[in-house]
Amino acid sequence: MRFDLDGMPVHFPYAAIYPEQHAYMGELKRALDARGHALLEMPTGTGKTAALISLITSYSLANPSRPLRLIYCTRTVHEMEKTLAELRLLFAHLPPAASRSLLALGLSSRKNLCVHPQASAAAARDSVDTACRRLTASWVREKAASDPESTPLCEFYETFDRAAAAGDLASLMPPGVYTLADLRALGRQRRVCPYFLARQMVKYANVVVYSYQYLLDPKVASIVSREMQKECVVVFDEAHNIDNVCIEALSVSIRKQTLEGAERNLRRISQEIDRFKATDANRLRAEYNRLVDGLAQRGNLPISDAWLANPALPDDILREAVPGNIRRAEHFLAVLRRLVRFLDGRLETENVENEMPIAFVASIHSSAGIDQKMLRFCYDRLHSLMMTLEITDTDEFMHIQTICDFATLIGTYTRGFSIIIEPYDERMPDIRDPVIQLSCHDASLAIRPVFDRFETVVITSGTLSPIDLYPRLLNFNPVISRSFTMSLTRDCICPMVLTRGSDQLPVSTKFDMRSDPGVVRNYGRLLLEMASAVPDGIVCFFVSYSYMDGIVNSWHEMGILQDIMQYKLVFIETPDVVETTLALDNYRKACDCGRGAVFFSVARGKVAEGIDFDRHYGRLVIMFGVPFQYTLSRILLARLEYLRETFQIKEGDFLTFDALRQAAQCVGRVIRSKADYGMMIFADKRYSRHDKRSKLPGWILSHLHDAHLNLSTDMALHIAREFLRRMAQPYDKTGSGGKKTLLTEEDLQNMAQDEMEM
Amino acid sequence: MGSLTIGAKYKTTLKDPGTPGILRMNDDKFTFTPNDPRSAMKLNVEFRSIKGHKFNKVDGNKPALLNLSKDSDKGGGYMFEFDNVGNRDLCRDFVARVLGKHQGMPPRPTMPPEISVPSAGMEQLSAAEVERRVKLLREDSELQKLHKKFVLGNILQESEFWATRKNLLDDVANKASKQKPGFKTAMSDVRPSADGRTNKVTFNLTPEMIHQIFAEKPAVRRAFLDFVPKKMTDLEFWRKYCRAEYLLRTKNTAAAAAEAAEDEELAVFLKNDDILVKEAKLKIKQVDPTLDMEADAGDDYIHLPDHGILRDGSKETVDNDSEFARRTLSQELNRHAAVVLEGIASDVELTDAKSVAEALARSKKEPPSTSAVDDTSHERLLKVARMTEIEDLQAPRSLPYAPLCIKDPREYFDSQQANALRSLGASNDGRKSRNCSLSIEEAFHHLTDQISSIKVNKSNCTVIQSDMAVKVLNELNEGISRSRRLNLKNPQEGLLGRVPQHTRDELMDHWTAIQELLRHFWSSYPITSTVLYNKVQRVKDAMTQIYQKLQAIKESAQPDVRHEISRLVKPMTQALDAAFSHDLEQQQKSAKAGNKSNGF
Repeated sequence: MRFDLDGMPVHFPYAAIYPEQHAYMGELKRALDARGHALLEMPTGTGKTAALISLITSYSLANPSRPLRLIYCTRTVHEMEKTLAELRLLFAHLPPAASRSLLALGLSSRKNLCVHPQASAAAARDSVDTACRRLTASWVREKAASDPESTPLCEFYETFDRAAAAGDLASLMPPGVYTLADLRALGRQRRVCPYFLARQMVKYANVVVYSYQYLLDPKVASIVSREMQKECVVVFDEAHNIDNVCIEALSVSIRKQTLEGAERNLRRISQEIDRFKATDANRLRAEYNRLVDGLAQRGNLPISDAWLANPALPDDILREAVPGNIRRAEHFLAVLRRLVRFLDGRLETENVENEMPIAFVASIHSSAGIDQKMLRFCYDRLHSLMMTLEITDTDEFMHIQTICDFATLIGTYTRGFSIIIEPYDERMPDIRDPVIQLSCHDASLAIRPVFDRFETVVITSGTLSPIDLYPRLLNFNPVISRSFTMSLTRDCICPMVLTRGSDQLPVSTKFDMRSDPGVVRNYGRLLLEMASAVPDGIVCFFVSYSYMDGIVNSWHEMGILQDIMQYKLVFIETPDVVETTLALDNYRKACDCGRGAVFFSVARGKVAEGIDFDRHYGRLVIMFGVPFQYTLSRILLARLEYLRETFQIKEGDFLTFDALRQAAQCVGRVIRSKADYGMMIFADKRYSRHDKRSKLPGWILSHLHDAHLNLSTDMALHIAREFLRRMAQPYDKTGSGGKKTLLTEEDLQNMAQDEMEM
Repeated sequence: MGSLTIGAKYKTTLKDPGTPGILRMNDDKFTFTPNDPRSAMKLNVEFRSIKGHKFNKVDGNKPALLNLSKDSDKGGGYMFEFDNVGNRDLCRDFVARVLGKHQGMPPRPTMPPEISVPSAGMEQLSAAEVERRVKLLREDSELQKLHKKFVLGNILQESEFWATRKNLLDDVANKASKQKPGFKTAMSDVRPSADGRTNKVTFNLTPEMIHQIFAEKPAVRRAFLDFVPKKMTDLEFWRKYCRAEYLLRTKNTAAAAAEAAEDEELAVFLKNDDILVKEAKLKIKQVDPTLDMEADAGDDYIHLPDHGILRDGSKETVDNDSEFARRTLSQELNRHAAVVLEGIASDVELTDAKSVAEALARSKKEPPSTSAVDDTSHERLLKVARMTEIEDLQAPRSLPYAPLCIKDPREYFDSQQANALRSLGASNDGRKSRNCSLSIEEAFHHLTDQISSIKVNKSNCTVIQSDMAVKVLNELNEGISRSRRLNLKNPQEGLLGRVPQHTRDELMDHWTAIQELLRHFWSSYPITSTVLYNKVQRVKDAMTQIYQKLQAIKESAQPDVRHEISRLVKPMTQALDAAFSHDLEQQQKSAKAGNKSNGF
């Protein structure tokens, strides 16, 4: 459909539109007009992505002065696939002239894009990277030019390189929408490397979809050419966890194994240096000269040599000259040796230590003689050295890279971090496992460059409550900040708070209650009763892996699991991604064929992060307990302290906010559209308290009736039966009475006219 | 035919030790003379009064019994115990012959044991046939009621009763051959049981469990094929397996590692299943991209080792240095569910472990699909599209179908009854005035088309044209709301709602009985033989009885529900009336034309 939004024609890929999508587009347009950032919360299942991409595309079609440059960031690859599928749908609905000229593509790692038969066969991401470098690094190709017999090259890369040299890349990739699978198919068909092609085409693409990290890492972000940057619209979708992603991007930990590995790496580097000194001393001298000129490694590097890795660093430090005392390879090596030895010494501690970066840097300076500036350049200098030494198997050098990342971070940032040294894991005090953790507390550090560089950044999710907290956490000023509610044709979501089992005893995952067999049994009975009453898929979320493991084992011992399996098949999320993916696939199959299944998953886990359980894949979500963070964690305590001092956010408030957004995120995955329906059970007595409950997003709260706040298992079962029966009835999906919940083109025209008259 | 004299014990009940004596039989009667002349257990019975005979299956030390029943449904009769089966069979065959002569039927010495088919009809029944009938009766209580009422009430003959239900019998036979049971959804768990006194645990393995173990753990299957019987016996193999299971269950990692080091066969059970790992690698390429978390792990630049936050409590650090005892319950659950979904390969028989293992190994050796296929696969694209589109914003793309909403089938069919009632009762409702754009011819043609199309492609159930289906459903649903509006103020209550429960049940019973009788009644016309004539007479009598009962119900009803009851009873009586009048007509006709026209 096509309609007018404040005088601007909007192309929308569906025949009808929800009113909240319409309003959402209105706000988004205002943000684009004002060239400012936006923070928008809209319930899941109301088509955020479709609204976003169709408005932004239509906006640039209507304003030829602002060509379409959209960077769409998703958390996961599968969300990326979904976004690209929506884009494909949208492009099919655009006027032919526009859709013929637009290019949209997804970008991922070599692991996901490589089509080279040998290189792509490697299991881990780093091994694929290494295998690729072995075939495409500039020195390998130089060598192959002189000795083509014994040096294998990647034919896909060579095709790419020839086309790039001829400036002919666009002909390899006609406009359209390319998912990762499409890119691979294109690569196989044209015998060209999809990975480098995609990376190169990002410069010309109208829409780029990739994961957060590509944007949070300035080195990757700089692939997008500078002239275009200001014009870009950046979207962070499902951004409720963005603060966590940001702090993770700047956190590093060093364990005993890391240091041992780093020493091995250093020995190897020193051997390489000796070898080069003997055979090709000019190379080292050339590097030295380059460093004196302050060129480091940026700018003129061939694409195949460039690095994509952590940590995220501010742009400006990447352009300074490397200090003189680490320009020589041997000197730098000595510095690294001293640093590793120092860290090793610090790891020997018997007590938990908590230090600020400044103090830590000072102690490094006094005991190892390394100053802050040298630390800051470790990362850069190491990569320059590895390049010079022509090291291709970068995955072997993981450990020394970690050390250099650590050094660069503590050399760069003085506030917002703390260094915590723990001799053992708190939960297993008898096993000595010392670790130095550099943990970032300030999410704004990583995302700061993004806000500075792009004029419009849109942060959106189904769960951004309370919406005023995010600008504080991320330290930015949105021009538009709004939370939308959901207009429902019928009450298609049914949240309930279950506080008691059928024996009227309270249920909770509170620390003192969680292992109580009564609670375990009541939780099991709840699931059993529900499995017998609810059709198709049921999803259960637990507060942690260890808790899930424990309770599932207890259910198994009690025989409850066997009873549940009389009704539905059982699938479980495990730490192994391959197994979990297959389990999910089978879960969907079981739901499709009508057998029905239960999926056990973990809040904050990978499944909760981005897998949808919409329609028959999830008619009921049970959230067992409140997913609080592990409150004894020293990192969390340090972060809470930082938040209190810097943003005046109270510890309790933050913890509750964090737990409830996770819970809301888990249960929010059941709804895809207004035609869909699902139930949500919050099974913990603490949810009935107002201070907890009120942190849930508005669209859930508005359906949480007072009568559903304090239920026992049998009451919940009764409500579930009633709800399912009600949902099975036919209904008028355009909405009845005065409020329309589905707008057609005609409705929108009428609305526009009404406004004109007013 | 002669006579038979044999030694036997007469028993009044099963528990009775019996009175030893001599059993003499001839063509007309049998006598029993006890050995002890003082005993009162003398018998002299004419075979005419004997309706059937039963005998038991003899196994072990159970005595051989023969029961000559006087009246088949009351169960009264004479029970004799014989010294051995041979004597009993001799006697049984004799009785069967005599009875056959008396009742005008051929002898049936091959009657299946322990199933009594009373007052057997003219047909020869195979054991399977009888079994199927008994099974049907057992499963369907309604049918059983009818059977009891008519067949045992001597209104219909066994064969007549079943003749109208041929399809039922066939269907069952077909179904039995088509559908094979899959694995149980519940995981059969190899649980050790300890007897508490000795320090010993016992595992119980059934063939079914073995089948499941082989299906879920290909490595065990392979080991079985490799080791048995070359290296060890069947029993030894399973003993080792159970030992490994026990070690895993007790989570005794150190012991497991130690035993595995000593015993390489045992180690197979403790290690991770490499066949599964291989399979997973192939399968992962075909999963729906919208849930492919493996691709995600390959993309994430954050999840490098040692980056990100390590100990914030949300991540569990697993030490994966040991390759043993890492198998967890969750893995087993996932694997079990996957196997259940895959189903059982058709040629697997649950006989012995060896053949099961071989069959499974065969079925697994399908050619692995190449990895290149996945990128261009249309199916994957469709899957993604299905996961992304917003269904209610989309203009309906495929055939729209009206969702069927029958909240309470009872209520639904009540209203249908009300409809039927109206059309029978020479309508004065708005049904005819309804402007239906569907003419009768059209509907008929459509129906015939549908039927023929179904006939052509039997199993391929074609989708009924949607607009047509919607119309039909609307028409039917219209009836619901109208009958509610017409009959009841309270919409929650059905037409039967106010009728007392026992009357309701009674009426239902009568209604099914009438249907059965009418079916037999109308199917006997035209009457061409005495058998049919007799049948019609019997059926007619039964119908008259029910008719009277219905009248009685109507008259005895409470005034407040009398109206409802009479409305309910009306279609029944009308149907019966139609039958009676037809019968009268026929009789008059035959009276006029003499007996010639009917051919007898």
